[in-house]
Amino acid sequence: MPRANKTNVAESPASKSAVKAQPQPITAMSVIAPAVGWLIPGAGHLIQRRWGRGLLLMLSVVAMFVLGVLMQGKVYAFNTGDILDILGFVGDLGAGGLYIVARALDIGRGAIDLATADYGTKFIIVSGLLNIISAVDANAIAIGKKK
Amino acid sequence: MTLQLSHFSAALIFALFASIVFGITQRSEQREMVKYGAKCFVFFALGTIAAGWVMWILRH
Repeated sequence: MPRANKTNVAESPASKSAVKAQPQPITAMSVIAPAVGWLIPGAGHLIQRRWGRGLLLMLSVVAMFVLGVLMQGKVYAFNTGDILDILGFVGDLGAGGLYIVARALDIGRGAIDLATADYGTKFIIVSGLLNIISAVDANAIAIGKKK
Repeated sequence: MTLQLSHFSAALIFALFASIVFGITQRSEQREMVKYGAKCFVFFALGTIAAGWVMWILRH
């Protein structure tokens, strides 16, 4: 007697991937939360009433950015030169409103006279990258992928 | 106003803030967030110390 196939259609890997591939519903919050979170670090969580997480994210990103500036780190402007400079700009841009304010106030372009100023540059870039991660997390909460 | 940190203190501050963000964004439950954040911080700190010793060995 041939052995019965225990894998039914609902449990097959193909159907699982089909379920995963279904697009998430686009709601107003799923667009607004990451946008606000990018512009103001942590705000994407705050508008979804994740107060503790939002404040901690805001503290972390803002503190890293400010410490980077105080360490005489460089704030990259848009450029088409060296690839590392382009990537530096992309990372900095992730800080959203902090980057816009820093550029508007002409911060981060002074003469460097500290040996550890390069750490400051990296602090600023990483604060932008961490802010992008938090904006993506705000989106995950908005679409219900995360509590 | 400028801030001059030592290499190690800069690395620890970096580790602290990066670990907070990693913990919050990479886990769903609050308890898991704290555990993962703490784990990331320890790995960052130990990695810094290990890298320091590797550089010292290479130098000597």
